[in-house]
Amino acid sequence: MITFLSQPWPWYVSGPAIALILAILLFSGKTFGFSANLSNICSMMGLGKRIDYFKFDWKKQQWNLLFLAGSVIGGYIAAHYLQSNQPISLSKSTIEDLKKMNIPFDGNMEPASIFNWSYLFTGRGLLLFLGGGFLIGFGTRYAGGCTSGHAISGLSALQLPSLIAVIGFFIGGLFTTFILFPFIFK
Amino acid sequence: MKPIKYILTGILFGIIMTKSEAVSWYRIQEMFRFQSIFMYGIIGTAVISGVILVAVIKRFRLKDTDGLPIQFSKKDKRWKKYLIGGSIFGMGWALTGACPGPIFVLLGQGYTVMLMVIAGALAGTILYGALRNRLPQ
Repeated sequence: MITFLSQPWPWYVSGPAIALILAILLFSGKTFGFSANLSNICSMMGLGKRIDYFKFDWKKQQWNLLFLAGSVIGGYIAAHYLQSNQPISLSKSTIEDLKKMNIPFDGNMEPASIFNWSYLFTGRGLLLFLGGGFLIGFGTRYAGGCTSGHAISGLSALQLPSLIAVIGFFIGGLFTTFILFPFIFK
Repeated sequence: MKPIKYILTGILFGIIMTKSEAVSWYRIQEMFRFQSIFMYGIIGTAVISGVILVAVIKRFRLKDTDGLPIQFSKKDKRWKKYLIGGSIFGMGWALTGACPGPIFVLLGQGYTVMLMVIAGALAGTILYGALRNRLPQ
């Protein structure tokens, strides 16, 4: 079983598996929306006293924070016990494009040359991690959801606003990839 | 509320996110460069499965485990916030290669630099909360 799960998963297995998470949460009377946790954490820190947006009873959202805690544990379990030794099957053209920006493909899920603390304390590292994180927090709260809330939950319920949000995700992602990256990694 | 149920569902989510490679910075670059079907296949089959799931729930008026009908709240129709907010998030998604869920999954995998992404995300959340009434919705 462990060996079976440890192989790289084809996309047509992963997609329905994500829908399974949606099913479990819907049948529990909840919704699947991860970025709501960013507001939940702020409310938990007592920011509701100063900013109305965070003035709500975060304890009612405790289930989602537990889900978040579980996702950290799940990441640990998968990385330590369910890893395959094969490099990820990244497309050749992506490998070429990244090479031109001096980002080598090392076969891991994250480029080891970027995802480390010494890189973080470079201008690029701060922009990528701190700047990227800032845009994620600001943007998901502004749009009222992220990939789980809009792309999965919203599109599954055929919500037009979610489609607009997903189009936005791509406008932003393409802007970073084709305009910012050549500039940052030149 | 059974806490263990949500922790276990979260664990399952963390494993699925890792094994699907949707947490991979490389995969997100490959997606935004339209160089493989991989991420589109994941999102596409997730949404197709989800559409069927939601349709079945609505058609048979299925109830949750507490016996309450499963409701789908309609999202409000103003479109600016979805487009502007979505674009801002998309920029961050491509920079970090992670959306909010994967940020925490990667932390669990041992990428402690994600703490910086979390700090940034919380700062962004707080600033949005403070500026909300002044932004176009």
